[in-house]
Amino acid sequence: MTQEKLAAPAAPAIGIGQSAWKRRHLLDVDDFSSAEFETVMTTADAMKEVLGRDVPRVPALRGKTIITLFYEASTRTRASFELAGKALGADVINIAAGGSSVDKGESLVDTVRTLQAVGADALVMRHPASGAPYLVARQIHAAVINAGDGWHAHPTQALLDLFTIRAHLGDVRGRRVVIVGDIAHSRVARSNIWALSTMGAEVVVCAPPTLLPAGMRPVGANGGRPDDDSSEALAMPSVQVETNLDGAVEGAEVVMALRLQKERMQGGLLPSLREYATLYQLNEERLSRARTGALVMHPGPVNEGIEIAPSLAGSLQSVIEEQVANGVAIRMAVLYLLARGKP
Amino acid sequence: MTGAAPPDGHVVLSADDIRRAVRRIAHEIVEHNRGLSSVALVGMHTRGVPLARRLADAILEFEGESIPVGELDIGLYRDDIPSLELGPRLQRTEMPVDIDGWRVVLVDDVLYTGRSIRAAMDALTDFGRPASIQLAVLVDRGHRELPIRPDYIGKNIPTALQENVQVMLQETDGLDEVRLTRKEGEV
Repeated sequence: MTQEKLAAPAAPAIGIGQSAWKRRHLLDVDDFSSAEFETVMTTADAMKEVLGRDVPRVPALRGKTIITLFYEASTRTRASFELAGKALGADVINIAAGGSSVDKGESLVDTVRTLQAVGADALVMRHPASGAPYLVARQIHAAVINAGDGWHAHPTQALLDLFTIRAHLGDVRGRRVVIVGDIAHSRVARSNIWALSTMGAEVVVCAPPTLLPAGMRPVGANGGRPDDDSSEALAMPSVQVETNLDGAVEGAEVVMALRLQKERMQGGLLPSLREYATLYQLNEERLSRARTGALVMHPGPVNEGIEIAPSLAGSLQSVIEEQVANGVAIRMAVLYLLARGKP
Repeated sequence: MTGAAPPDGHVVLSADDIRRAVRRIAHEIVEHNRGLSSVALVGMHTRGVPLARRLADAILEFEGESIPVGELDIGLYRDDIPSLELGPRLQRTEMPVDIDGWRVVLVDDVLYTGRSIRAAMDALTDFGRPASIQLAVLVDRGHRELPIRPDYIGKNIPTALQENVQVMLQETDGLDEVRLTRKEGEV
């Protein structure tokens, strides 16, 4: 897969009122500067105000066309991009790979060229292959927004998680954030690790050794499985790695549980769901080791009773629904910054 | 402000001039509205916001009545962003009251083409139906492209298109001053 970065690096010094945004695409947040994160956060604040109105609609992207192209299932991401585009006055067209010419064998590149030809100003895409949006971004002029590519990245999820954490805790610098679950296969974890590390949080990942990416595995713990080549290839910022959730949660201000991707069970990575739940489920007893009032997060969809106790998902400490609501504001911010036209 | 040439221009309003203009406009707002019932000020980012606060302070001093002050970023309503020096960063928008039936005084630093005011009126009408919208500006530099006129003016400054009116305020720039400068041969 490609590691090439298509977006231009941001100018290092940012003056007041000056733009910290030179990007044409949003492919990942791994090369974001803290100033760029701030730009997205401030823009999302303004979008949140719009969403709070009786009629949440502004004409900022009037006349623009946004196309969502999803080669994988999605509820919240696709719905929130659609709502975001409509709240900004854009025309939004949703295309699912099934039922489109993809079924007739049209290639990804041909499909996106067609969508550009019909007038897309921004293309929001989800694809099972890591790196697919990078390939597309090289082929078309429209803004490409990665809504999830394979195990690689899910930048808008990381942005909305950062936005949600900041709404409760303010600056994330020095705050202990624990991400627990299937780290190896999670694009959410990967993008969150980049975003939170860049913003100065103390990031801790916690998983059974088989669900940690190769580079993070403790020595001797099933290291170097030959089938893990794609996670080997991805560089990551250094984070604290724990295999014991009780210890990991100690002193945490945010605990983020990831969806256990049941499809991975086929690969023999876990002895059983029950054992996973016993050792890695986020429950009240474990959460009591975290700081008082620690935030409970989950990118959804939730397997209640597996990665998180049902009582916790709906508890006061849970900001899971807030994450979904903030997703619309963040996606409005991203669309506004990318689809408005050439600056 | 950003990327501006070294200010070789001259001062058209001093700190004292700005203070007097603000106080006069405050009086005019009270006089024109025959009091202050249902009058709200809405400052347009960036420098309209501190100006609106100063007007409210002056009105409080003269009339002993504090009036609501809001702030408005018109970024989502502009039709001319790519041609402006403005970055994409949006600032806070907050209406102090449900503006239905209120007399809303928009406050901005410089009135030029009128396009920002057009955008601000679009934004205001998305929030409700004010009884009236009035406009207060520190400087009217002319060259309108839309049928918009201010109700309260700090100073009329006839300008050439090649000139810039640079408003600096204590709250945003560390000093109070308005300068007329020449654009450095671009666009």
